Amino acid sequence: MGSRASSLLREEDIEEIKKQTGFSHSQITRLYSRFHSLDKGENGALSREDFQRIPELAINPLGDRIINAFFPEGEDQVNFRGFMRTLAHFRPVEDNEKNKDPTSGEPLNSRTNKLFFAFQLYDLDRDDKISRDELLQVLRMMVGVNISDEQLGSIADRTIQEADTNGDMCISFSEFTKVMPGKAIDITADLQNGA
Amino acid sequence: MESYLFPFDSLICMLLGISFTVLFTLLLVFIIVPAIFGVSFGIRRLYMKSLIKLFEVSELMLSMSVILQRGGAEPEFDMSDIFYFCRRGVESIVDDEVTKRFTAEELESWNLLTRSNYNFHHISTRLTALWGVGVLIRYGFLLPLRVTLAFTGVGLLVVLTSIVGLFPNGRMKNYLSDKVHLMCYRICVRALTAIITYHDSENKPKNGGICVANHTSPIDVIILASDGCYAMVGQVHGGLMGVIQRAMVKACPHIWFERSEVKDRHLVAKRLSDHIADKSKLPILIFPEGTCINNTSVMMFKKGSFEIGCRVYPVAIKYDPRFGDAFWNSSKFGMVNYLLRMMSSWAIVCSVWYLPPMSRMEGEDAVQFANRVKAAIARKGGLADLLWDGGLKRGKVKEVFKEEQQKLYSKVLVGNIWPTFSYEQNIESV
Repeated sequence: MGSRASSLLREEDIEEIKKQTGFSHSQITRLYSRFHSLDKGENGALSREDFQRIPELAINPLGDRIINAFFPEGEDQVNFRGFMRTLAHFRPVEDNEKNKDPTSGEPLNSRTNKLFFAFQLYDLDRDDKISRDELLQVLRMMVGVNISDEQLGSIADRTIQEADTNGDMCISFSEFTKVMPGKAIDITADLQNGA
Repeated sequence: MESYLFPFDSLICMLLGISFTVLFTLLLVFIIVPAIFGVSFGIRRLYMKSLIKLFEVSELMLSMSVILQRGGAEPEFDMSDIFYFCRRGVESIVDDEVTKRFTAEELESWNLLTRSNYNFHHISTRLTALWGVGVLIRYGFLLPLRVTLAFTGVGLLVVLTSIVGLFPNGRMKNYLSDKVHLMCYRICVRALTAIITYHDSENKPKNGGICVANHTSPIDVIILASDGCYAMVGQVHGGLMGVIQRAMVKACPHIWFERSEVKDRHLVAKRLSDHIADKSKLPILIFPEGTCINNTSVMMFKKGSFEIGCRVYPVAIKYDPRFGDAFWNSSKFGMVNYLLRMMSSWAIVCSVWYLPPMSRMEGEDAVQFANRVKAAIARKGGLADLLWDGGLKRGKVKEVFKEEQQKLYSKVLVGNIWPTFSYEQNIESV
């Protein structure tokens, strides 16, 4: 089924992606198949329209923000490398990785990198701070029309109050990490079973 | 003791008699007669649409359970809630039905069949009750109905093909045989509650060619044969299958091989090419991945059918896994077990695409040709993933579904969730 697609991906590429992202060989070929089936224009890169064609993503309230996270600053095409880099943030942490050599550089799916991914979903203008407006925007996307502006405003204010430690009425990345619950934030099912 | 039971005995008999009569009348009017004439009341499509709505609602409840069970007296906004939406978004990007097709799938949406829910834990009594009612309906009502239909269909096939076999060879016989085959397969299709959408019927296989299709389950034969007439290929079996095979071959020429003949590649190829050369005979239906349990037959068909050098009509069959897992893991389940599972699922929903015919090109050998055909089928089936909603016009429903998610999440934030949440309200608004 995916045999024709995987023949376009060379072994050296697979090795490099494996090193960079930590995915296994079979996961990479499977995701390449998926990339290929999403790529309608067959030009080796995905555009925003390709993502929006996925029904479940189109109905996700944060769909557009998530799609945005795949595209580097100012670009509208993402190639397979970029695709894998972003997905790597959600690769579940394997047990044998926890004891890895700490000097080898932080893996893409470390807790910090996952949190940074989420932080960027809030922080649209990339100024490393989540302002009240940015928070309100995301909240509005998640609740639709069901909550009034005042109520939403008070939820936002309360959240900032709880998180903000240095009094600038914005949430910086370190303040963000502190308020996140300790449990792992994973996407487990599909990537694990896919191997 | 006996005198005590006597009055109840006759009452029970009467009730049973009445319910059987009602059942059979319903069967006859709504299922068998339309099958004979090839018309449809649209009952199955209506059923499918209501099932979809039900699945969506239960999926919503199940998936938001993570947030809902966050606990504490006062649920409130947490910045980590964004991960819930994030997770679902990335999962949908990664999720791939094409490559998942060969393993029993883990369904995102729990479709109220325990066997497809591997992470089931008690979400709410309402959902469990719904599941219980589902079990009752499926095993108590649908299953007996379907088994009756299946027996009717198979029985009619055997009897009627034998009768048609008595006719002298000629146009009349071919015409009757086509009608009889179609009718019986349509009854079988209804026995499985299969809701099939055929695309591109202008490419349907014609005489003097081979029809090649991808293979997910033994039901594939029934699905294809209920829309067109084919000559089947296979090994001679004993028992019930043998009876069916012998009856079918009386009405029109199918190709059944003896066990010993199966190993002789040249004999197989010769019989197939002889059949194709005769333009009055029906197109041959072959599954290159193999229907036979005997693996040596699989190897031969794989190359054999592509070596013959006639036109090949590829067909792509794609099942919708939300309704019932059609995949047959032959190492785990036997045929009867498999059929029982199929008949106690909600429905079997699939799409069939007829692809334009292909022929072997100059300088291409059989293996390359086979790969080219398989690639064409895979491509068509793969495209089905993202265009799956085409036949159902779910575009509108999807927007509403997004709003439903937002509504539910808002309820979580504002803090009045479980006590007042009722999914009846959701079904109407969806």
